[in-house]
Amino acid sequence: MKKTLSLILAVIFCLLSSITSFAYYSEAEGYSTEVEDYDYYQKFQGQGVEIDVYNWGEYVANDSVNFLDVNEDFEALTGIKVNYTLFSSNEELYTKLKSGGTNYDVIVPSDYMIGKMIGEGMLQKLNFDNIPNYRYIDEKYKNANFDPTNEYSVPMYWGVVGIIYNSAMVDEEDLTGWDILWNEKYADNMLMFSNSRDAFALALLDLGYSFNTTDAMEIEEAAGHLRAQKPLVQAYVMDEIYDKMEGGEAAVAPYYNGDAVLMMDVNEDLDFYVPENTSIFIDSMCIPTGAQHKEAAEMYINYMCESTVAAANSYYVGYSTPHTGAMELLDEELVENEIAYPEDELIASLDAFLTLPQDTSALTDKLWTDIMAQGSDSIIFQTVFLAAVAIIYFVIKLVNAHIKKKRMSYY
Amino acid sequence: MKILSKFYVGIIYAFLYLPIAVLIVFSFNDAKSRTVFTEFTFKWYEKLFTNDIILGAFANTLFVALVAGVCAVVLGTLAAIGINAMNKKLQALLLNITYLPMINPDIITGVSLMLLFVFIRMELGFTSLILAHITFNVPIVIFNVLPKLRQLDRNVYNAALDLGCNPMQAFRKVILPEIMPGIAAGFLLSVTYSFDDFAVSFFTSAADSQTLSVVIYSMVRMKVSPEINALSTIMFVVVLFILLLVNINGARRKKNHGEAAFAKEGR
Repeated sequence: MKKTLSLILAVIFCLLSSITSFAYYSEAEGYSTEVEDYDYYQKFQGQGVEIDVYNWGEYVANDSVNFLDVNEDFEALTGIKVNYTLFSSNEELYTKLKSGGTNYDVIVPSDYMIGKMIGEGMLQKLNFDNIPNYRYIDEKYKNANFDPTNEYSVPMYWGVVGIIYNSAMVDEEDLTGWDILWNEKYADNMLMFSNSRDAFALALLDLGYSFNTTDAMEIEEAAGHLRAQKPLVQAYVMDEIYDKMEGGEAAVAPYYNGDAVLMMDVNEDLDFYVPENTSIFIDSMCIPTGAQHKEAAEMYINYMCESTVAAANSYYVGYSTPHTGAMELLDEELVENEIAYPEDELIASLDAFLTLPQDTSALTDKLWTDIMAQGSDSIIFQTVFLAAVAIIYFVIKLVNAHIKKKRMSYY
Repeated sequence: MKILSKFYVGIIYAFLYLPIAVLIVFSFNDAKSRTVFTEFTFKWYEKLFTNDIILGAFANTLFVALVAGVCAVVLGTLAAIGINAMNKKLQALLLNITYLPMINPDIITGVSLMLLFVFIRMELGFTSLILAHITFNVPIVIFNVLPKLRQLDRNVYNAALDLGCNPMQAFRKVILPEIMPGIAAGFLLSVTYSFDDFAVSFFTSAADSQTLSVVIYSMVRMKVSPEINALSTIMFVVVLFILLLVNINGARRKKNHGEAAFAKEGR
């Protein structure tokens, strides 16, 4: 036992040391991107500054084999160490920041969360003198409704919601707007967002209302609309949509254009359709109030806005970039792809999600829970199942007692 | 009947191992898809070994699991010895208190630990993460060591004292070797639990200390990278290898044992 234990430990330690040596191996090699102003990035060289970056999972280029490992390259260029951490939803980011205990220097929330954080004083105003590359960000994505004065955020990716459909299963004539998601022809062949905000937005749009509405009547009406849709929906999903659509298990689903481009690479039958009244999302880089190294954080943001870096990120992640310099570097085929980069007029007409007031979002959440619970067999099924277990238990007990009695009577 | 029972066993093992088989197959898939297999490739393995985020998280996980395991073993063993020496009533009370954190859902442990760390103004990071892991590992060690202590004849310890050991020596030379299997089992279980843990790590880690499970979870929006499949495959193979090694070793020792006994009888 002792021998095997020590053997196991030895193996584990070997693995551990090999991994750490792998992880720090390439740092000494130096940076590889072309930056515009090399001297600007040298300010913190050799000072042992560390910044904490909190970003979505798989959201920056991280592949030194084929093009670029962004964080490593930034470290080599500036001498600033990046502690890079990941979150999976805006709400997670918000909770983590609110609970205290940790300080981050750069975060990447989405539109409505930026609005909410600005409102609660959780973000700092940026010093744009330290972010000269901000000039590359296309005007279309500036002054959005969540940060109208453009003081807090630098856009990183954007996208629009549309409908991914399998052209082998869908009649293109049915693509007349969001109403395809209420078309009975595609019953059981339809996927839907599993989070309340996105789902309600689609229902509101189909009814012709704004997705930022605070009118309780309109929201109730949208809830009724979603209830009517429920029997048609095969499943409420988020990223499982990739598997279902790529595998041809469903015909239509609402999702983001960046993801659609990735899915269409795998399954050629897939196509994407953007109704005229849709929403745009913008994920932007911000600096939270508790940041320890604001200037280094601004350097990081500026680095992310280098043309080469923004292009590498956009290419790796698949989401569209708001960076004009990066668009020039990206494949023409991609930039002219109407799915990844829809027409300017469409973009100009679109709004992003705004933070809803407390009572509106509470109402939405309540209605959504009701819709999800309504008519589903899950509660009935659970009760039946529990009852069955209880009955089986008692039967077994009775039989056992009976057998015991019988045995006793032999003596 | 026989066919039926074979079929049953087959199904059970299919359920257990099919997911792993699928995971391994898709770690060699050229496309990022989890449903369509396009072409055989090693590229995810290649990418994995240059991916600092995943490797860093893996190193963090191992580091936390090992440190927390060692600390929990020391604390837990000492606690078990203490509990074993108490009277019946106190023992029952303490054992129930020890059970509680094990039955408690992880998420409650995680949230309450986070609240505690924030309350005492401790910055989240490696320290908080390791402390949290030690917290849920200690009961595991206690429950593995205690049965071994109960099996131990109290007189052996007294005999050692009688024969001139001081208490420390008696502990080291008599008790420790006897309870070693329990300690080892406790350690291995602790490491496994730490490795598996998501809920507690999620709430108590910070920028420099995210573990593998937290990193994988963060990928759900953009789809989990197949590099994770590659890493999981490697881990599965390593564990399988260790298991084989342990079993072969055990079988050999048993055989040697048997032969020795046989030789003795033959004499």
